[in-house]
Amino acid sequence: MSTAPFSRNGTPPETFVLNLGPQHPATHGVLRVKLTMDGEYVMRAEPVCGYVHRMHEKMGENRTWAQFLPNTSRIDYLSAMNYTHAFVGAVERGAGIAVPPRAEYLRVITSELNRISSHLVWFGAFLLDLGGFTPLLYAFDDREQILDLLEGVCGARLTYCYYRFGGLCNDVDDNFIEGTRAFVRRMQPRFKLYHQLVTENIILRKRLEGVGPITAEQCRKYGASGPVCRGSGIPYDLRRAEPYSIYPELDFDIPVFSEGDCLARYLVRMEEMRQSLRLIEQALNRLPDGPVVAEKVPRTIKMAPGDYCFAVEAARGRFAVRVVSDGTDTPYRVKLRTPSFSNLSLFEETSAGMMLPDALALMGSLDLVIPDIDR
Amino acid sequence: MNADLAALAERCAVLFPEGVQLIDYAKRGFHLDLKVDPSQVVEAARLFEGEGFAIDTLTGVDWIKEEQFEVVYDYYHPRHAWRVAVRTRIPRDNPTLPTISPVFPGANWHEREARDFFGIHFAGHPNMEPLLLPEDADYHPLRKDFAA
Amino acid sequence: MSLPEPFRLLAFLVGLMGFVALNAAYLVWVERKTAGRIQRRPGPTEVGWAGLLQPVADGLKLLSKQFIVPPGADALLFRLAPLLVIAPGLMGLALMPFGESLLALDVNLGLLMVFAFGSINVLALMVGGWASRNKYAIISAARVVSQDIAYEIPMLLAALTLMMVAGTLNLSEIVALQEGPFWRWNLFRLDLNPLMPLTFLIFYTCMLAETNRAPFDMAEAESELVAGAFTEYAGMGFGVFFMAEYANIVLGCSLMTVLFLGGWQSPFGAYSGVWWFLLKLYFLVFSVIWVRWTFPRTQFYNLLNLSWEILIPFSLFTLILTAAMMKVM
Repeated sequence: MSTAPFSRNGTPPETFVLNLGPQHPATHGVLRVKLTMDGEYVMRAEPVCGYVHRMHEKMGENRTWAQFLPNTSRIDYLSAMNYTHAFVGAVERGAGIAVPPRAEYLRVITSELNRISSHLVWFGAFLLDLGGFTPLLYAFDDREQILDLLEGVCGARLTYCYYRFGGLCNDVDDNFIEGTRAFVRRMQPRFKLYHQLVTENIILRKRLEGVGPITAEQCRKYGASGPVCRGSGIPYDLRRAEPYSIYPELDFDIPVFSEGDCLARYLVRMEEMRQSLRLIEQALNRLPDGPVVAEKVPRTIKMAPGDYCFAVEAARGRFAVRVVSDGTDTPYRVKLRTPSFSNLSLFEETSAGMMLPDALALMGSLDLVIPDIDR
Repeated sequence: MNADLAALAERCAVLFPEGVQLIDYAKRGFHLDLKVDPSQVVEAARLFEGEGFAIDTLTGVDWIKEEQFEVVYDYYHPRHAWRVAVRTRIPRDNPTLPTISPVFPGANWHEREARDFFGIHFAGHPNMEPLLLPEDADYHPLRKDFAA
Repeated sequence: MSLPEPFRLLAFLVGLMGFVALNAAYLVWVERKTAGRIQRRPGPTEVGWAGLLQPVADGLKLLSKQFIVPPGADALLFRLAPLLVIAPGLMGLALMPFGESLLALDVNLGLLMVFAFGSINVLALMVGGWASRNKYAIISAARVVSQDIAYEIPMLLAALTLMMVAGTLNLSEIVALQEGPFWRWNLFRLDLNPLMPLTFLIFYTCMLAETNRAPFDMAEAESELVAGAFTEYAGMGFGVFFMAEYANIVLGCSLMTVLFLGGWQSPFGAYSGVWWFLLKLYFLVFSVIWVRWTFPRTQFYNLLNLSWEILIPFSLFTLILTAAMMKVM
């Protein structure tokens, strides 16, 4: 089936426009998709975003470097630690602040815990889209443990603001270390449960296998990253490609599947959770003592004029921050490059000609968080 | 990797004799910086597309004191993990650039966003409707002279 | 019963309506509690002991909401659809032999009438979806029609196999023929039809599809079509659709109990009665609820393919096999 042309006036006859409106159970968040449909087939899917646009980039220009930190958690609330890491990393790179090793290890532990909790939400919500109501609650049961651990450390359950320039805001206590070890022990056998109950289910397999193919070329042309590109055969993971923090010292695999369908992306994320557990365990074993904040961090950050970038592997893909400094204590420009924005931009091309339930399965497998798209 | 990066820089220097600069990644966060004319952005995009790069983002910076917009195109390579920034400067009172969406379809949305925030017009873009701002928005928030 | 005929029928009909209403109310409670326990949470516990008054609270809530007819919708059809959808449930249950003499209408064509009434269900959902003037409802109505038509055929073929085995369409006679210990139940009569368990499974699957229960709930696929054919219904209009869904489940499970599991016959040959019927009925209903909360939704074309490409050939095969066995033996 060919893609309908880009014209807004005059859809061909026999099609109708269905609004997967801003309020819909399947679009996790406030996203509107204008579907031009021929019966059950989607001729053209045009995402209309901007319903959650809060203009974080302008806020970046009106606040000092440190005042922008809470904003970073609200861009993608499910993966808040990683996003704060990117901004903090950009400032540290520009201002030349070195981070003590204990802080780096704790950053990795909390980021990976955050990655697991984000993937658990994706897992539950994706299956809810497909009609399986129960795995959501099993996933949230596991996620509660993570949220309790992180709440004990930084006081927030979802929008953490734990990292500071030069380290962390406070150290962890023994409760956190013991709790994380207990969580790792508890979580390892859960994957077997999920695979037996969910992944091996014939109905799920039929719904995901061969559905929604995304080629590696499409990933490249649209800039799709994260599990979307790793499910299409491109082994691009920022923790190995542009190593930051102490990832070079830790041992983990990057799951890559080359089929490019929804099942490949699903398996990538399930495997990523397992690798995150491995990372957490290694980091816990090697956690050094020491301070959690660098010694001489200036109260007002001033950087040499110029632009500085930092990219992290967030749960959804590549999140990059480009800050432009003019030497004052507020940024001149903060550019946030979010993964869901690029991942959604290929939805229009890849969903043309699919049936509606398949298109929704594809959208669910892209793992979109709408505030991430709109910023 | 450094040898290949130097080779890439040389290939860029063939098309863009001035303005190619190798950057220290640890200090700035990207590997190669390229300064081009506004009319050369499509050529630069084609060059990097041919080398296997992917579009990361494109954004603008409002240098109001110099009365110019700086548009920065970021590309990254999925296999070699290189990052390239291509910069160009356009006058503030008549900001137009050719579109690179035929080369990188992903740039379609980035260019719409740049138009929303700065008012930069991308010639040849199929659909310049606002993406993030409301449909009837006629203001450009990221300009430095924008008062809410 | 010694009441004269019209009063007996009236008493039965009132009793049936009460049965349907009680089932609709408390099967919801069972479903929510079961869903809760499967999902490792308690389910409703606030209203009344163990949440037993929750259906009362929900009923009051639905009754107090305004029944809104959307502008531009066909007002007559919109209001008619809920009535059409609850009618077949009541009519079918009037034909079911609950006990030896607990039967509202003893008709020689009982089985045929149940299926005839059951088809009205499809019509009702289609009317409701079309009259809502809502694109989601229209898509859902189209899906309901194709799904129900596809699944009626194997269901009828399986019922035909049963009819050949029993030799009669009269439901109380079918139950009477299964008198005796449990190996006399039709499900275990492998001498008459060696593939009887398969026929049972086919019938069960078709029953799930006809009542639009997960994993075949494409018509009201919440995450795709918001609420499908019921999107525009508010208040008691939605309540009636909901009741009708449970009435249909009870009807389908009672039909399976009568046809395959011996109706009101006891498994030990003695102490038969309505309690055995209810026990088997609710066991099947519980399994329907269990299946709903375990599996994700099938793909629509897979659903139709399952019927046209797998269930119909299998049920045809069992029918021919039964016919052959009856000819030979």
